[in-house]
Amino acid sequence: MKIGLVVRLIVLLLLLAFLVSPQSFAGFFTLLTKNNQPPIYNQGSLLDLTLNHLAIVGIATLAATIIAVGLAILVTRPFGAEFLPLSRSLANIGQTFPPVAVLALAVPMLGFGTAPTLVALFLYGLLPIFENTLTGLSNLPSAVTDAAKGVGMTGWQRLLKVELPLALPVILAGIRLSVVISLATATIGSTVAARTLGEVIIAGLLSGNTAFVLQGGLIVGALAVLIYDALSALERFLMARTGQAGRAAA
Amino acid sequence: MIEIDGITKIYGETPVVDNVTLTVDPGTICVVVGTSGSGKTTLMRMINRLVEPTSGTIRIDGEDTRNVPAYELRRRIGYAIQGHGLFPHRSVGQNIATVPKLLGWDKPRIANRVDELMDLFQLDPAQFRDRLPNELSGGQQQRVGVARALAAEPNILLMDEPYGALDPVIRAKAQEDLLAIQRRFKTTIVLVTHDMEEAIHLGSKIAVMDKGKLLQYDVPQQIIARPATPFVAELIGTSERPFRLLSLGRVADHIEPGEATGTPLDAGVSLRDAYAELLWSGRPALPVTRDGAVVGQVTLAQLSRLAARPQ
Repeated sequence: MKIGLVVRLIVLLLLLAFLVSPQSFAGFFTLLTKNNQPPIYNQGSLLDLTLNHLAIVGIATLAATIIAVGLAILVTRPFGAEFLPLSRSLANIGQTFPPVAVLALAVPMLGFGTAPTLVALFLYGLLPIFENTLTGLSNLPSAVTDAAKGVGMTGWQRLLKVELPLALPVILAGIRLSVVISLATATIGSTVAARTLGEVIIAGLLSGNTAFVLQGGLIVGALAVLIYDALSALERFLMARTGQAGRAAA
Repeated sequence: MIEIDGITKIYGETPVVDNVTLTVDPGTICVVVGTSGSGKTTLMRMINRLVEPTSGTIRIDGEDTRNVPAYELRRRIGYAIQGHGLFPHRSVGQNIATVPKLLGWDKPRIANRVDELMDLFQLDPAQFRDRLPNELSGGQQQRVGVARALAAEPNILLMDEPYGALDPVIRAKAQEDLLAIQRRFKTTIVLVTHDMEEAIHLGSKIAVMDKGKLLQYDVPQQIIARPATPFVAELIGTSERPFRLLSLGRVADHIEPGEATGTPLDAGVSLRDAYAELLWSGRPALPVTRDGAVVGQVTLAQLSRLAARPQ
């Protein structure tokens, strides 16, 4: 645990240093270039691309969270139970559609740029969050939900004061999966001119510059690992805080 | 007062509770006994409308329970269940404060009430108020569960196998606590259990249920002496009858003049315990003390007479 924390800190510091001052790492990346290719991506700021990449993932995940959690709450209420199969298949369709296909279909409607990427990431992120919220809300200890009813909480009070707080760690696990998938998938967005780290990778592939490909890949990889770990830590904290250390994360 | 009037609950085709009528007098403990599947829990859950009856009415202090929204009704009725059902993400203090908060009490009043209840249940507020339920022992959790049920000073307390998960020593203590609290606040209690021993110990009246039907509803003495059906007799256990009968009385009510030798008994112990002590010590009589002073004796012959089937 301690060593793991040190490694993560080093990765974080390296990532920040590289984004703020890429040229300092030119010496290392020169080893991967041929014929005097530029060792560091030179068609834009890596920091800008990274922030833009994160923003797209963030917005898409936020939207997916709102819709997926909302939908899961709806279908776990008595009046919404009929819609459970329908909403499940909708979220499943979102997941089975390959993101490239969504991009290709969205471009004619939304044009090139960020919008089709957002749509693809949003659709892609729905399922894990929806499924986990459903699991979290329907697997609560029955004595606790019974007591919540028995003390005279209304449906809303039960949802807000008992069900959601207890399901939160499981919901967060879904968001974590969704974020990590989106971080990787967002790189494809560069094929339809979204400004993401995919640009760096595509530029490297086009010019046969391994250094570019590696830079883009490493940044996305480091981001994914760090965000995944941070959210996992948050889940563990919430599990302990909500007295559910015994309940396994889904 | 709780009046249950011709109440029936049907799931699918099967009646789980079948035309049950009984009245629980204010300030008494009604224990509903039955095997699993007898409908006892369903009957209790219809009182606070966790289960809606198929037919029949339930009145509390004369008012039909269907006249108020279910959640409001439940806030007026304490509810304690097996496995306590404490909210795991909320501290002990917050758990106890649940109903007062729902009722909109102001903060100082809630804080006072929480501390008062924690004292009552022998949980030091300073030490336990901010702990999470999973940091407590089973017995402590159970006490917090009952404290939460009593927080808004309800007239009625419903308890569903509240001591099912406790070991015998802690259970006996919890039962004594409950009796003390009931005497103090005059709460009307409906308690569901499968344990006849517990029913006889706690109940002012016992309702025996089987397959959804109410077989007998009477004071413990009558249930023991005159079981209405063979099933009731079986629940009591034929070989246990004299001892259960003795367990209902106190030595204090059967002190005889005279001076016996041996280890004295306190006047507060049950006749059953006194009988056991007499048998174990091998003496025909033992002295009885009240507040430390010898006030008379209790004899084996007298207890044997009391243990016989009432005529």
